[in-house]
Amino acid sequence: MDPQTQLLQLLFAGVSTGSIYGIIAVGFNVIFKSTGAINFTQGEWVMIGGMLSAFFFVSFDSPIWVACAAAVLCIGVLGVLSERFVIEPLRNPSPVTLTLVTIGLAIVTKSGVMLTLGKNPAGYPGFSGETPIMIAGASLHPQTVWIIVVAALFMLAVHFFFERTLTGKAMRAAAADREVAVLMGVRVRHATMMAFAIAALAGGVAGAIITPLTFTSYDHGTVLGFKGFSAAMLGGVGNLYGAMVGGLLLGILESLAGGYISSQFKDAVAFMVLLGILFFRPTGLFGHKEIEKV
Amino acid sequence: MLEVKALCAGYDQGDVLHALDLSVRAGEIVCLIGANGAGKSSTMRAIVGLLRPLRGEILLNGVRVEAATPDRIVAAGCALVPEGRRVFAPMSVAENLEMGAYQRLKRGERDEVARDREFVLNLFPRLEERLEQPAGTLSGGEQQMLAIGRALMARPSLLLLDEPSMGLAPLVVKDIFRTIADLNQAGATVLLAEQNASAALKIAERAYVLAEGRIARSGSAADLKHDPTVRETYLGV
Repeated sequence: MDPQTQLLQLLFAGVSTGSIYGIIAVGFNVIFKSTGAINFTQGEWVMIGGMLSAFFFVSFDSPIWVACAAAVLCIGVLGVLSERFVIEPLRNPSPVTLTLVTIGLAIVTKSGVMLTLGKNPAGYPGFSGETPIMIAGASLHPQTVWIIVVAALFMLAVHFFFERTLTGKAMRAAAADREVAVLMGVRVRHATMMAFAIAALAGGVAGAIITPLTFTSYDHGTVLGFKGFSAAMLGGVGNLYGAMVGGLLLGILESLAGGYISSQFKDAVAFMVLLGILFFRPTGLFGHKEIEKV
Repeated sequence: MLEVKALCAGYDQGDVLHALDLSVRAGEIVCLIGANGAGKSSTMRAIVGLLRPLRGEILLNGVRVEAATPDRIVAAGCALVPEGRRVFAPMSVAENLEMGAYQRLKRGERDEVARDREFVLNLFPRLEERLEQPAGTLSGGEQQMLAIGRALMARPSLLLLDEPSMGLAPLVVKDIFRTIADLNQAGATVLLAEQNASAALKIAERAYVLAEGRIARSGSAADLKHDPTVRETYLGV
């Protein structure tokens, strides 16, 4: 393969993986903006997205898209239930308390999947088959196109929700000043529940569209969550658009490192990016320093 | 319009309001004056449901609301302009105004809300020039206009203003107080908590002087302006 084709091939792979990281990072950011906490269950929701889709596909012999849609809906409901039964009962928790609680929630979620769906890797075919698409000599799995299209549509939907709908604006208001949002009549606890639903849906979508390429198992969530967290940090935690750019950048970097250095080096990229961001630019690429007048 | 009877409220560290009695009649401007820490903001917070009273009653238009949640108190016609303005900094001016009318928009009152937005923008033309600007980038005076405009978007029967002059230049304070008086002329009922006693007493009909969470004095603004203790302690005369 000539160098240009190889680069193109790596870029396709990077954009596809990066889109997944971007969606996961959006999930992190939605909950961070709403509660100030880092939700460590995010990666587990991605894993369940794949596991449940595979379960519905195999058990009910349903079309792939039906299995995936049902799985994503179930995970949205799981997000709401997690908030109602685990987060909501905590009265005025600090962000650190919430973050610690989500670590526990992640462990319970992972164990629950292991006990109910098993330890074996699960997967299913791509949405439109397995025949590669050739573009300028580079081979593209058709699922890659689905990933990029679904990620773009998801981002548009999230943008529309937060910028154009009253509920989305109320959630932004609650993120900006919880107490004043209450004074406007916004039910902020409801806004937190919505944030968990959206983040869980993001996880479910990411898991459902990536599984045909990578397979999944009960222990895949932690790594995916970590990559999404790195992408969120890279774009600027709390910044929805930074999340997508951070995800794409991380995916491309990872793919190039895997292609040009060593595939074993691939995972180290996310750690290096995270450390680099924390050391040199903790606000991320698109974040800005918060100045508080006292 | 508003009646507060024997109100006691506090935080973890202890009570800050001790058997407070006050009332605001429809069409009045009533002000609460007092030093920093006297309990003015706590009174405002208790009225809108942000600080749960320990004892006492709060009646809004004859209905007891001391146990109600803030969203129900807002729905009952009470709006607070909080101390320090507290606009939604990352959101645009237009979105801040929209949030002020959140409950009305949820009820589908789109046309009425659009008319009220026009009213607010006529009242504060500077906001119209900055509709798409993030609220956090406005000057202090403009943020105060936005905070008042946002509260008016709820079309409240009772408007509570907590320290509207805080941190603002004297000329801006004059404008803000003129606007409050104009709003009152147009029919608004106002409860105003203010450290700037001379400015507040100029526009108010009646006033309460708070000290250490208790009503130390009350009466008509004209009388209190001539009260020797008030003059010495709060007016610096």
